[in-house]
Amino acid sequence: MALDRLTGENSVVFTRSEQLLDLARRHSLWYLMFGIACCAIEMMHAGGPKYDFDRFGIFHRGSPRQSDVMIVAGTVNKKMAVSLKTLYEQMPEPKWVLAMGACACTGGPFRDYPNVILGVDEIVPVDVYIPGCPPRPEALQNGFLELQKAIKRRAEERVDAGRGEDRG
Amino acid sequence: MAEHDDVREPVLIAEGASAPAGLPKGLRRVPRGVDEFATEHLIVNMGPQHPSTHGVLHVLLELDGEEVVAAEASLGYLHRGLEKLSEHRRYHQIGTLLDRADYLSGVHTELAFARALESMMEIEVPARARWLRSLLCEITRLSSHLVWMGTFGMDIGAMAPFLYILRDRDAVLDVLEEITGARMMFNYVRPGGVLYDITPKAEQMMLEFLDRFESTYLPEYHDLLTGNEIFRARVRDIGVIDRDTAVAFGLTGACLRGSGVAWDVRKERPYAAYGELDFDIPSGSKGDCWDRYMVRMEEIRVAGGLARDLLDGMPEGPYMAKVPKVLRPPEGEAYASVESPRGELGVHVVSDGSDKPTRMRLRPPSYFNLAVIDEILPGHMIADVVAVIGSIDIVLGEIDR
Ligand code: SF4
Repeated sequence: MALDRLTGENSVVFTRSEQLLDLARRHSLWYLMFGIACCAIEMMHAGGPKYDFDRFGIFHRGSPRQSDVMIVAGTVNKKMAVSLKTLYEQMPEPKWVLAMGACACTGGPFRDYPNVILGVDEIVPVDVYIPGCPPRPEALQNGFLELQKAIKRRAEERVDAGRGEDRG
Repeated sequence: MAEHDDVREPVLIAEGASAPAGLPKGLRRVPRGVDEFATEHLIVNMGPQHPSTHGVLHVLLELDGEEVVAAEASLGYLHRGLEKLSEHRRYHQIGTLLDRADYLSGVHTELAFARALESMMEIEVPARARWLRSLLCEITRLSSHLVWMGTFGMDIGAMAPFLYILRDRDAVLDVLEEITGARMMFNYVRPGGVLYDITPKAEQMMLEFLDRFESTYLPEYHDLLTGNEIFRARVRDIGVIDRDTAVAFGLTGACLRGSGVAWDVRKERPYAAYGELDFDIPSGSKGDCWDRYMVRMEEIRVAGGLARDLLDGMPEGPYMAKVPKVLRPPEGEAYASVESPRGELGVHVVSDGSDKPTRMRLRPPSYFNLAVIDEILPGHMIADVVAVIGSIDIVLGEIDR
């Protein structure tokens, strides 16, 4: 789609509202400011001037009720798991979860300890896993780009499925 | 909170009368205003997800209107068994875990551990290694204090300094990456010396950073925060820890020095290259948030100067002593401590002569520093709570371990 042709004075665009909404959603992914452990420091740097996630529309919010994405940045233990689940449930739909770092993916260097949860996917559904201990901000950026792709893919799948129903 | 659970109803005590025994501290005050309108106390959970608790600290606040009556920290949200896991790792592998205890300045924890082992095994550390250790300690102190300054400013409502420190900290991390190969988890200080020598390129990068830091960055911070009227009003006379309380609670680091006790492990029990260096220990007088802020800001300046001195006077020679491939310290125990950005950080290792420690314990400075909030928070407004907690500078990784 050449955008300049679309933005002429009398242009009209037909699209699925779902697709339009998802276009908006994937370019304003606000994440919950929720650092658990060491990975949170790299998450902080990702929002800083050098990596500047703002330019992708990725910005941090203090409250779960205003955020779309939860970045689980750190080791989750049994005491934390309860709060993590509550926070996830407070986020409005649609919502996504990024598991950042070895700890959030699998338990990481602490997985031998019985108190540590072996990956947050035991508690909340995870969309993208980012390996590393800690992952560099570039890796987190890649994770977000993957998430954007996944959102797009899912929107297309839904639309395709819907099209079949319409005709029938 | 067990102690306060039963006191749901406000208890009114006439002015001058003594409180019945068993009442929590805050309730002994006479409620302000008309007695009949005294309100019920409200218990508020601050954390574990709160932008100003620096991780996953959970503070239970008992409030009378907007005033804090009692405060209690609830810990354990990041307990991941660092000490226990260390008993199942070889000595060489423990450094990896220790980096993750105090994740803002991993070098200090590594150094305390390496020193405990060296004293047990009687390893002589080469001069160059000692200087490199001090150099790394000072740069990480600088970068850790930068994070503290940014987040402290943000707690109080100043967003801009946070973005400035991220810019500058990225520059520091580039230098650290050039020296150690990692941005955060260095595992650089090993028993017997350090992992790599410093390269001329890293030396060059560091000098360039220090030049920029001293000429531009530091004055910028002072413009942004120190000279900011609102910031001053929010931190002056808030969270006063007097000298005796500071000593009684075993505070160390800037919390102790802010209260006027110029005590620093680097001076009292010199380690690495600190015995051969000349530097000042900044200290405050009153012990409020402002004093702690000023002490840390001075420490940033001193750390920059020390890094320069260390680069200038770096002795030649090997950077690693001859140590066996598998470390087996003789039976016995050792304690070694260093001055981390948060205070005295100690490591106690007990060995039974095998290649794994029988027991390893950390003395995390911020754990002891945090304990003082029960004492100083009552009587403050709820908005000051973040200022007080911020000024203590905690890292949950080392508190919960
Ligand atoms: S993955 Fe590594 S850096 Fe991240 S929280 Fe776990 S231990 Fe810390």
